[in-house]
Amino acid sequence: MEKKDIIQSFKDSLFTGLIALALFGPIVGLRTVSKGEGLFITQQWGVVFLLVGLCILGRFLININSARRTEFKIFSTISSKFSSITEDKAKHFAITGILFAVVFPFLPFTDRYFMDVAIMILTYIMLGWGLNIVVGLAGLLDLGYVAFYAVGAYSYALIATTFGWSFWICLPLAGVFAAFFGILLGFPVLRLRGDYLAIVTLGFGEIIRIILINWYEVTNGPDGITGIPRPSFFGLPFKRSPDEGETSFHLFFNLEYSTMHRIIFLYYLILVLALITNYFTLKIRKLPVGRAWEALREDEIACKSLGVNPTNTKLTAFAIGAMFGGFAGSFFATRQAFISPESFTFIESAIIVAIVVLGGMGSQTGVVLASIFLIGITEMFRDLEQYRMIAFGGAMVLIMVFKPKGILANRKPTILMHGDKK
Amino acid sequence: MEYFIQQLVNGITLGSIYGLIAIGYTMVYGIIGMINFAHGDIFMIGAFVALISFIIFGLTGVALPIILLLVLLIAMLFTACYGWTVEKLAYKPLRGSFRLAPLISALGMSIVLQNYVQVSQGARVKPMQPLFSGGLEFFKSSDFIVTVSYLQIFIVVLTIILMGIFTYLITKTDLGRAQRACEQDRTMTALLGINVDRTISITFIIGSSLASVAGMMFVLYYGVIDFYIGFLAGIKAFTAAVLGGIGSLPGAMLGGLLIGLIETFWAGYVSLEYKDVAAFSVLIVVLIFFPTGFLGKPDIEKV
Repeated sequence: MEKKDIIQSFKDSLFTGLIALALFGPIVGLRTVSKGEGLFITQQWGVVFLLVGLCILGRFLININSARRTEFKIFSTISSKFSSITEDKAKHFAITGILFAVVFPFLPFTDRYFMDVAIMILTYIMLGWGLNIVVGLAGLLDLGYVAFYAVGAYSYALIATTFGWSFWICLPLAGVFAAFFGILLGFPVLRLRGDYLAIVTLGFGEIIRIILINWYEVTNGPDGITGIPRPSFFGLPFKRSPDEGETSFHLFFNLEYSTMHRIIFLYYLILVLALITNYFTLKIRKLPVGRAWEALREDEIACKSLGVNPTNTKLTAFAIGAMFGGFAGSFFATRQAFISPESFTFIESAIIVAIVVLGGMGSQTGVVLASIFLIGITEMFRDLEQYRMIAFGGAMVLIMVFKPKGILANRKPTILMHGDKK
Repeated sequence: MEYFIQQLVNGITLGSIYGLIAIGYTMVYGIIGMINFAHGDIFMIGAFVALISFIIFGLTGVALPIILLLVLLIAMLFTACYGWTVEKLAYKPLRGSFRLAPLISALGMSIVLQNYVQVSQGARVKPMQPLFSGGLEFFKSSDFIVTVSYLQIFIVVLTIILMGIFTYLITKTDLGRAQRACEQDRTMTALLGINVDRTISITFIIGSSLASVAGMMFVLYYGVIDFYIGFLAGIKAFTAAVLGGIGSLPGAMLGGLLIGLIETFWAGYVSLEYKDVAAFSVLIVVLIFFPTGFLGKPDIEKV
C-alpha cells in the first residue's frame, strides 16, 4: 500500500470522526435528567470520545482493508461455507435437532430456567415458521404478525375463561379466529404492492393493540385477562391437590408431585405444535398452492398471465400464516395464564420478522438458528435489554447490507423449469 | 360552532407538523422508491436535539426569538447528520437489491435509533416548561372562547416560510432540477453528469432537516417527548404522504393538513381513545381506494 493511500484513508477517518462527534455529541454527551420540577443536563463526554475513537479506528481499518482489495473477504467466505455446509447437512441437522429437542428436558443440566428459555425459543421458532409461510414463501412482508398472535391469545383466553372449555377445544378455535382475521385484513389489502402492504399490516397490528387496550368490557383493557386455565394432560390436570372427583397427573401415574411436570408438558406441547407447523410448510410447498406462492414471490405479472389469481393465492398464505400465529398465541396464553396488550407490541412483530429475515427467508433451518441465536443468546444478557435491541436492529441492517438473502439463503424456488430438479 | 373553529385551528397546527415530516417520506420515495421507515425516528432525534438545546439556551437568558432561531439551526444541522449517516450506512449499499431489502434495513435502523436514544437519554418522558404563553382570543362574547395561541401562530407561519423556501429550492435551483431529474430517470441523469449519489444524500439531508423542525415544533407544542414518539408520528406522516399522493411535494403538505384535521376532529367529536385508530384506518382506506392519493401520478407497472 502506498503512502498516499494511508494519508487518504487517515483523512477519511478523521472526517468520519467529525461526523461521529456530531452524531453522538448532543444525544449521548448531553443527557437530560429530570430533577424535581425541570430537566437538567448531565454531561458524559467520556463516552462520546470513546465512541468517536471507535468510529475513527473502525473506519481506518476498513479503509486499509479495502485498499488491499480483500473487502470483507473473511466475512463472506465464512458465511458462504457455513451456508453450504448447512445446506448439505440440512436433513441431518434437522434430525439431530429434533432428537436433541426431544431428550432435552431429561438432560442432567436442564433446570427450570433452561426449560423456560427453551419454551420461549420454541414459541419464537413456531412464530417464525408461521411467518415464514407469508414472508419466505409468498414474499409478503407482514409487519403486523403479532396481531394474529394477539387474536389467538385473546380468543383462547376469552373462550377458556367464559365457557370453561378445555385447551384442546380452544386451540383450534383460536387458530380459526386468527385465520379469520387474516382473511379479514388480507382481503382488501393484498392487492397492494410489497412495501405498502408492509405498512398497512403494521397499521393493522397497532389497531388491534389499541382496541385491546380500550375495549374494557371484553378485553379488560390494559389490565389484561388473568386466571386463564392451564392445559391438562388428556383430562388430567397438573395440580397438587385435585378437586373432588378429579385425578391429577401425578396421582394417575403415581409420581411425586413436581411443578416441573407441567413445564415439561408445556415444552412438549410447543415442540409438537412447532413441528406440525414445520411439517405442514414442508408439505404445502410441494402442493400447487405452495408452488403458486413461490411463483408469485418471484414474478407476480408472469403469474397473473398464467392464470394464477394473485389475491386468492396470497390470501391462503396470509390465512394459514395467521392460523399458526393464532395457535402460538393460545399456547402463549395458556403458558402465562395472564395476557395483556403489552405483550403484543410492534417490537414483537419486528423480532419475528428479524428472525425470518436473519435466518434467510424461506429457510426452515434458518429460522431455528436465528431464534436460538436471537432469543437464546441474548437471554443470557437480559440485563442489557436495551443494548440487545440495538444489536437486533443493527443485525437486521448488516444482514441486508452484506447478505441480503439471510444467513441461510434458501430463496431458491423449490422447482425450476430448466435446471436441477430437487 | 366555536368548538369547531377551535378544533380547526388545532388541526391545522398538528397538520403542519405532520406535513413537514411527510415531505421527508415523499421526497425519499420519489427519488429512490423506498419507504424510509426510520424517518419517524429521525424526527424523534430532531425533537431531542431541540429539547437539549432549549435547555442549554434556557439557562443563558437570551431573548426568545434568538433562542428559537439558534435552536432551529442547531436541530437542523445535527439531525441532518443523522439523516445523511443513515442513508450512507443502511440504504446506499442496498441500491439494486431486492425490493423489500431497503425496507427491512430501514426497519432495523428505526429499532437501532429508538433504542440508542432510549439508552443514551433514558426511557422516561422528558417534560419541558412552556416557552410561549398567551394567545389571541376570539368569540369572547360566547360561552366557548376560541384561543389561537402565539405558539400555534408561530408553528403555522414557520411552516409556511419553510415551505416557501423549499418550493423555491425544488423548482428554481440547479439542485432541485437535479433532484427532479433523478426522480424521473436515474441512469440518464448520471449520464448527463449529475452526481446521483450526492443528490440522494442531499435529499436525505433536506428531509431530515425538515423533520427536525417538526421535532422542535412537537417539543414546543406538546411540551413532553420520549424516545417512542417517532413511531406514531412517522406512521401518521407516512399516511399523510400517501394521502396526498406519494412522490408529490404539495401533496405531502396537503395530506399532512388532512391527517391533522382528521385526527383532531376524530378526537374532538368521536372518541379520544381511538384517535390513533382513525389515522391507521385512513391509511388503510386510502391505500385500498386511492393508492395514488390526491395529487399523485398513477403507478404503472412495466414488465
